[in-house]
Amino acid sequence: MLKVRNITISYAENEVLRDVSFDLKNGEIVAVLGANGAGKTTLIRALNGTLPVSKGGMSLEGKPLESFSRRQIAQRIAVVAQENETKFPVTVLEFVLSGRFARGKAFGWETDDDIQIAENALQNCDLSDYGGRLMNEISGGERQRVVLARALATEARILLLDEPTANLDMAHQASMFRLVREQCKNDGCSAIIITHDLNLASEFADRIVLLKGGRIYAEGTPKKILNAENLNEVFNVKILLDENPVSKKARVTTLY
Amino acid sequence: MLRKTLDRRIKIAVFLLAALAAVVLLALAVGSERLSFFDLSEQHRAILFDIRLPRVLLGACVGASLSVAGAALQALLRNPLAEPYLLGVSNGAALGTMLAFVFFESYGFARPMFAFAGAGIATFAVYQMAKSRAGMNVERLVLSGVIVTTFLSSIIVLLTSLLDAAKLRSFTFWLLGDLSQATIDGFYFTLAAAVAGTIILSFQAKALNLMMIGERDAFDFGVEVGRVRIIVFAAASVLVGTTVAASGSVGYVGLIVPHLVRLAIGSDNRLVVPFSAVSGAIFVVLADTVARTAIAPRELPVGAITALIGAPLFIYLLKRS
Repeated sequence: MLKVRNITISYAENEVLRDVSFDLKNGEIVAVLGANGAGKTTLIRALNGTLPVSKGGMSLEGKPLESFSRRQIAQRIAVVAQENETKFPVTVLEFVLSGRFARGKAFGWETDDDIQIAENALQNCDLSDYGGRLMNEISGGERQRVVLARALATEARILLLDEPTANLDMAHQASMFRLVREQCKNDGCSAIIITHDLNLASEFADRIVLLKGGRIYAEGTPKKILNAENLNEVFNVKILLDENPVSKKARVTTLY
Repeated sequence: MLRKTLDRRIKIAVFLLAALAAVVLLALAVGSERLSFFDLSEQHRAILFDIRLPRVLLGACVGASLSVAGAALQALLRNPLAEPYLLGVSNGAALGTMLAFVFFESYGFARPMFAFAGAGIATFAVYQMAKSRAGMNVERLVLSGVIVTTFLSSIIVLLTSLLDAAKLRSFTFWLLGDLSQATIDGFYFTLAAAVAGTIILSFQAKALNLMMIGERDAFDFGVEVGRVRIIVFAAASVLVGTTVAASGSVGYVGLIVPHLVRLAIGSDNRLVVPFSAVSGAIFVVLADTVARTAIAPRELPVGAITALIGAPLFIYLLKRS
């Protein structure tokens, strides 16, 4: 679906991401882990064409990413970034409908279909009654879920999520990952998720890409990647590794 | 829910158009000479058609242009305080107009052309100064506007020293925003710009709804951010440029009107832009009627009236942000 080949991204002379390659397959969730400054957000911004790549290249559906227009990319790749507050009174439904921009005409009004899709997205994110509320009057966690609803409303096949659970409580952290999991399973979407929560990555990701200093340090299944040696090398922490008794997935406990 | 909201918006639109018609009729009737439309003497006919009508119609176009430019700039810059007058755009246009007047007086078309160029350059300068790697915050934008405005004002003051006493008085009035020099030709030109600008910006309104949330968001969701930015800056410069060339710098209109419109109908720019045009027309025609009648037979510049309302609102909005 999305192929990344030897991409390097530089800010001025500084190489922030170096020689990164990986594939994102249909229905797959890839978690990107790494310490602060490892290049995770830069990677996400490069994958939807926001940041220019200085070396290497990416292909989407078998064609070079550069051959797609902005609108075509937005139809295929949706981003869930950290939400920035707006100073204008925008309702939750208006915000989610903005995710339909690339699907409709550049001007004019949304169709009944668009509204139905936006309302379904809100319902999926546990926000059914929020449509008429104002974005700057709901909590940070609720806003974060609205941002996910907007991404779902795009009907894009690839979701790029940059720390989507940062403002969420425990229950909503798990439900957001579960929702992304269901989208990937039922609709054949794929997702790349940046997260600092190693256990959520272990539970929900099919593969983990571990970044260190702008390079891929390790890549593979959570069981293979989440080990004491890798995590000590990348995060410089001591950990205890065992198995979640219910899900049988790897479980990481940080030792202080 | 949406249908109900739409019905309400249609009602507001009908109300605004009726209010505009009523305000225009009122403005034509009152003044230092009160006119009755049913019994017009030759002299009253001249006052109505040669003096008041061009002035009222120009006022409506000026109000519409400034409000639409303000609404679009606010959405583009993600800042409810962005306003042509406060950003220095009006002063850029004023300087352009003065340069045309001082150096190319015999070429009639030079005034709006220079005004447009001045507005465009000032907009670009403020934008470049205000943006930083961390984005563009309220303080940076307002401060950049103040710097550009004061810099341009000092050049305008220098230029006024080249004018004789009679011209100087009319220029001082004009600088504060003055509709008393209205002609029917000036009205046609401003009308053309107002209509074109409003249509162009209405077509960008859907993209502006995303830009208003964040430039990066807009880009992610399919907006050609660079193209929209250029179109909005150019259209706003044309609107402000033609307005200033015709009537000087009428301040705060682009701040007050879109703010009130958003309070009434929400932030969807597809409605805010056209509704601001009609509301702006009502506002400036009313303000100019007050300016003509408050101390009749003497007159105030309309910009003084709009500033009296706008400055306190600006302080309120700044406090709230």
